[in-house]
Amino acid sequence: MISHLPILQVIIPLLGAPACLLLGKARLSWIFATVVALITFIISVLLLIQVNEQGTISYMLGGWEAPWGIEYRIDYLNAFVLAIISAVGTLTLIAANDGIKKEIDEARQPLFYVSFLLCFAGLLGITATGDAFNVFVFLEISSLSMYTIIALGKDRRALWASYQYLIVGTIGATFILVGIGLMYSMTGTLNMVDLAERLPPVAESKSVLASYAFIFVGVSLKLALFPLHFWLPNAYTFSPGIVTAFLAATATKVAVYLLIRFDFGVFEMSSPEVKQTINRLFITLGIAATLIASWTAIKQSDIKRMLAYSSVAQIGYMIIGIGLDSSSGVQASVLHLFNHALMKGGLFLVLVAIALQLGSTQLKDLQGIAKRMPWTFFGFVLGGLSLIGVPLTAGFISKWYLVSAAAEQEQWYIIAFVLIGSLLAVAYIWRVVEVAWFKSADSEIANQQQQTMPEKIPLLLLIPLWILILSNIYFGIDARFPIYFSQQAANLFFGGL
Amino acid sequence: MLFSIFGLVSASFFMNKDAVDVAFTEAAVGAGISPLLMLATLAIVGRYQNTKALPTRPLISLTIVTITGALLIIGTLDMPAFGAADAPSQLHVAPRYIQDSVEEIGIPNMVTSVLASYRAYDTLGEVAVIFTAGIGVLSLLAFSHANRKEKHLIDDIIELDEHKILRIVIKILVAPILIFALYVQFHGDFGPGGGFQAGVIFAAAIILYTLFFGINVGKKVVNLSIVRVFSAIGLLLYGSVGVVSFVSGKNYLDYHVLAENPQTAQHIGIVVIELGVGITVACVMMLIFFAFFERIGKDKVE
Repeated sequence: MISHLPILQVIIPLLGAPACLLLGKARLSWIFATVVALITFIISVLLLIQVNEQGTISYMLGGWEAPWGIEYRIDYLNAFVLAIISAVGTLTLIAANDGIKKEIDEARQPLFYVSFLLCFAGLLGITATGDAFNVFVFLEISSLSMYTIIALGKDRRALWASYQYLIVGTIGATFILVGIGLMYSMTGTLNMVDLAERLPPVAESKSVLASYAFIFVGVSLKLALFPLHFWLPNAYTFSPGIVTAFLAATATKVAVYLLIRFDFGVFEMSSPEVKQTINRLFITLGIAATLIASWTAIKQSDIKRMLAYSSVAQIGYMIIGIGLDSSSGVQASVLHLFNHALMKGGLFLVLVAIALQLGSTQLKDLQGIAKRMPWTFFGFVLGGLSLIGVPLTAGFISKWYLVSAAAEQEQWYIIAFVLIGSLLAVAYIWRVVEVAWFKSADSEIANQQQQTMPEKIPLLLLIPLWILILSNIYFGIDARFPIYFSQQAANLFFGGL
Repeated sequence: MLFSIFGLVSASFFMNKDAVDVAFTEAAVGAGISPLLMLATLAIVGRYQNTKALPTRPLISLTIVTITGALLIIGTLDMPAFGAADAPSQLHVAPRYIQDSVEEIGIPNMVTSVLASYRAYDTLGEVAVIFTAGIGVLSLLAFSHANRKEKHLIDDIIELDEHKILRIVIKILVAPILIFALYVQFHGDFGPGGGFQAGVIFAAAIILYTLFFGINVGKKVVNLSIVRVFSAIGLLLYGSVGVVSFVSGKNYLDYHVLAENPQTAQHIGIVVIELGVGITVACVMMLIFFAFFERIGKDKVE
């Protein structure tokens, strides 16, 4: 069985979804989905260990060797990403039963879990595969189910947000497909390793260059790279809180992974100048994302929306790392990918808890909330500190690596911009802290809070919330695990250090 | 209407390019089912926009579209000529598909060999995509109205005007269409066709019937909760073939475990997964159709 781990990783949630449909009852579906996710998580850990022992694992689907058949190729990079996705997926699913109670109709809940599992399977499939067309197939699965779970919120604006995302996402997917098609016509293969071998001789041709352009733009739409990020804040704000926590920690991460995979693992530029132009473009856009999105985040009145903009900014850091085009740059990106999943997963779960208590995530409704829900709010502050990048939190580690990667190339201005970005993060986190901690509630709002404040926050929401928040601290102090794996991942593309 | 014509034209276009399998699907989905769904949407939301349109910036959009189009054209400049024998796509993986597939898989239709065996996992993914689409439509449309109206708009229309001639024509047509669907399903490994095509053709027959006999009669023919269950079972059937493979010690979706003779094994595998594809596709199409058409006229009542 151990040799089938790569496929089990994806196939269990993929077949779990239709099985989940057969169950029909909301609670039953939830238990089933959670167990499926848990098994997936265990598999991902086993895979991580296996990759660490044996190096890259290749698994031929259908027994047909690549490039004729489809290959699953697990190396340090995607084993690490798989572990992140399945961990966050499991944690959010554990919290889901209580989290979606208020936000999704009882009758739709079973279907929510089916879609959730499909989305989960789709994201894992994109990450695990070593075949470019297979990426597209699983991208479709994950995107379609994502549109569904975003639209399931009771807020009718969720429909509009989902529609907007649907249009943008479809354009992105089509671009990726066009790119893959062009590459196929020039090389005759769809396997990534094979592509990497067969692209260099034809790298000069315009078709190949166009295919790179289409894939870059398509993936950038998916990962909400500034200025293609406009769909993200709406989608995150109006979707059910659990969905936001899941997507923020996984969906854009998978797109970042794809970008790294294509940029370093598949593409071969015809000349160093082309590569440099692309790198410069990445760095510029990354910096623009960090600054502009952080600035916009400060002005938001809804915390969920604020954190959504902050996600766009954080993605900016990862793109800067990719643009640095060095071993340490990629390592910083992968590290930040991991850490950002922890902080945003944790923070959005805090918002789920707050929304469950207050029925709102508007900043003004939060007055004095720190006194009513001190522990939950403490969690928010910890997550926020990590987001800012304060020492002893996970966020600090990845920013430190990013800064050192930039210093390595003596690109000092990047360091300055990273610092400015962090200061802006201080500003938007502080706004929340100020309102929640230091403002006592107006009588009107206090009344409102009194009315809506129900029983305690459910335990099954608190456990995943604190696991994520505390891991921000844990991996801020003892970061050996993510550093080791991100370094190995970067070594895949840049050889030994 | 234009959309439907476009579907038909592209079906002929695919036909012209010898992609008969794609033409089948395009004719049924592009020219038949999706314009129908669009009409259903129009019937639900009305023909005219109530509020003023949001300010649009046609110039920016036009520029972006032009640039993209130009890029696409530039991209094709260096592409090998269509059908060129020395194109990379003909030289790398394709020769094995063309030369060895008959021996390795044992069926004459190479498209089916690639789709259902060499790249069977992609096909499993595609079935999952269709299943996902069905789930999406169901979860967004099916529960929006708690009080289910017994009669639907179509039934009202049918009562007013019985469509006698059309009904008789449909009655004559439905049975051959269904049989044709089964033929396409089980003949996919020898001629053009397969699960996807069969599924949509089968669903098209049911949809045609429902359109002229009303939703209530249609529901008597197909029980929606059973259809729902089967949409999942099709996908599970497909996936379980793979499970059988690795339980027997081979890689996922390796059909060779199914029988001793490799060709027979491949054949069994392909028939079973095509059946899975057909079931899921047909069920999802019907589910989507009913989800749309049950909504028509409901909003006006409330």
